Amino acid sequence: MSETIVSVEKLSKRYRIGAREQGYRTFREAIIDGLMGPVRNFKRLRKLTNFNDTKQNQIAGSSLADPDVDNTPDDVIWALKDISFEVKRGEVVGIIGRNGAGKSTLLKILSRITEPTAGVVSLYGRISSLLEVGTGFHPELTGRENIFLNGAILGMRKVEIERKFDEIVAFADIEKFIDTPVKRYSSGMYVRLAFAVAANLEPEILIVDEVLAVGDVAFQKKCMGKMSDVAKEGRTVLLVSHNMAAIRNLCSRSILLDEGNMIIDDSTARVIDHYLSHKTLEKAVVSKAEIETRMEGVILKNDPHVRCAEIALIDQTGEPKLTFYSNEPIFIKIKLQCLKAVYNLGAILHLTDEKDNLLLLTQNIDDPDMMDGYNRLDEGIYEFICEIPPNLFGSKKFYLTLNLEFPKKEHLVIPKIIGFEVKFNGYNGIHHDYPFFFRPQFKWRMQKLN
Amino acid sequence: MPEYEKELKPYIQIKPVKGWQLIDFKELSKYRDLFYFLVTRDIKVKYKQTVLGGLWAIIRPFFMMVVFTLFFGKLAKIPSDGIPYPIFSYTAMVAWMYFSTSIADSANSLIGEANLISKVYFPRVIVPLSPVLAGLLDFCIAFIVLIGMMVYYQLYPNIMIVFLPLLMLLMILTASGVGMFLAALNAKYRDIRYTVPFIIQLWMFASPVVYPASLVPGKYRFLYALNPMVGVIEGFRAVLLGTVAFPTQMIAISALVSVVLFVFGLFYFKQMERYFADVV
Repeated sequence: MSETIVSVEKLSKRYRIGAREQGYRTFREAIIDGLMGPVRNFKRLRKLTNFNDTKQNQIAGSSLADPDVDNTPDDVIWALKDISFEVKRGEVVGIIGRNGAGKSTLLKILSRITEPTAGVVSLYGRISSLLEVGTGFHPELTGRENIFLNGAILGMRKVEIERKFDEIVAFADIEKFIDTPVKRYSSGMYVRLAFAVAANLEPEILIVDEVLAVGDVAFQKKCMGKMSDVAKEGRTVLLVSHNMAAIRNLCSRSILLDEGNMIIDDSTARVIDHYLSHKTLEKAVVSKAEIETRMEGVILKNDPHVRCAEIALIDQTGEPKLTFYSNEPIFIKIKLQCLKAVYNLGAILHLTDEKDNLLLLTQNIDDPDMMDGYNRLDEGIYEFICEIPPNLFGSKKFYLTLNLEFPKKEHLVIPKIIGFEVKFNGYNGIHHDYPFFFRPQFKWRMQKLN
Repeated sequence: MPEYEKELKPYIQIKPVKGWQLIDFKELSKYRDLFYFLVTRDIKVKYKQTVLGGLWAIIRPFFMMVVFTLFFGKLAKIPSDGIPYPIFSYTAMVAWMYFSTSIADSANSLIGEANLISKVYFPRVIVPLSPVLAGLLDFCIAFIVLIGMMVYYQLYPNIMIVFLPLLMLLMILTASGVGMFLAALNAKYRDIRYTVPFIIQLWMFASPVVYPASLVPGKYRFLYALNPMVGVIEGFRAVLLGTVAFPTQMIAISALVSVVLFVFGLFYFKQMERYFADVV
């Protein structure tokens, strides 16, 4: 009972999107551009299905994701990059991720609607795809006629539809209106009918793309009920949804996609945790808005005392950077605003690894020079800069968490706001690239004893 | 497992398609129910909520006939192979209406079904072929009126009527081939949508719709016959009305071109098929 039914190997998909349009500086440029229009349009349209301008025509496995080897032009995106996974018969797998992660593209490829750019998908059973409810419904046709049309579109034979006709009508609860043109239906009826047809498919592999997000509460309950029936019957299901509750309920296993990459393929609980906690930004300068959406802790919304306006990672020349060499200092610049007079404000920085293990802690009052301003800070905008000395870190990725504490009043926590990397440069020309967190240069002494 | 499910079976491999694509007839036959439903849908939807309904299938060719009789028959005095101009042009109109409507509908079919194509898998070739089959109903209705006119003018078919199905087949093949080609092109280059009415106009004048083929000078006859509708329309008139002797040579050339157009259209469509969901 546990043979592989869907196998995806190194699947990749590339699309052409609109490249940024160039503005015109002069009237002459605009005219020439207008005249060259047809030629340009033809070239552009031809490129829609032709990718020969990308230097990398031969896709060689993992080099797709390597930025050093990526030669793709501006208007090409990789919607899926090297995805591999297997689904066994009877499994219910959830596919989650942010918008634009590649979930729908993955389903489209599995449903054979679009072809992959690279990789192989092997299917060992009949697939039925529900990418949209009511596909092919024609408003002029009656409910009855649309049931047959939609059923045929979803892959049912005429005989099959006839057999299940009464069941479908009963599930949708529209017996009275079955011979009225569908354009007269309310949206609820429409959706119930559409789902009723789809729910009565008997596929071996069912692929569902966020169709559960329609309809009222009663209908949603019915859908969920039907989905769990399907799962219990031992059919294989691949479900894409933003509804974490549905995923948790129905799927034992989940896959997380982000920007075309497969991040994690594990039990649903672990994958959802990872998805929800993934707050780290890949930016060296974090703006106020981004901080506001991520702050936690004791925050007095009605009586704010201190707010963080900007966090930035800077190198010694003042440039914001996310990658540093081990032999250069790292500056963490914190801009904050005191909306009222603040006493004993503590700015505390934590450095953690990706598993949230605390590696290092430093705070403003560690430095004796800071004790002067510690007692009271008047209203205003302040900038704190913390300097991390060179020759401390090894080749690793670190995550920065900032705590701003105004004792007994507010305690802002901005967790894992920036992730940065250090590259170990070696000492005395000797460079071993082991991934250690700390690789400081200590004093060593040697003396001969005899 | 129920009988009808046994024929659909497992093991499909999806990977980037390379090289020439051939038609998968087994798969097409699996989807014949869908084909049937799409054709019946096209037919049902055509005249929904109209007062005249199916009468439109007669009115259009009939009125074109009236207009042509006035301007080409009476005013320009174009000859009509010895029979009254009205029935001369109506016979051609029956075939021509079918052909022009089929090409136009077919060319726009892929874009019209963009929603379906981007959500469901089925052999895409069904989409441009549905209008070609759906148009046959209108053709039959208009044909019945033609029979009425034949009785009125007392013109009767001869033994060559047995070739009528062949002529119809040529007409369908040409419409399918051109339709598939234009549909595939249209998906990517939307200019086609605006070019089609213009192509149809030109094509009409390149066919013996308002004038007889006998008007074309001998040395151009061969070139003229490369238009499959020439063979079809002259053939229609020959077998139904006995205007000219059965134009075997013309029909042979037209038949060849028909088949070539069909094969080419189908071929081009199949090669472009894999990109439809991405560009449509």
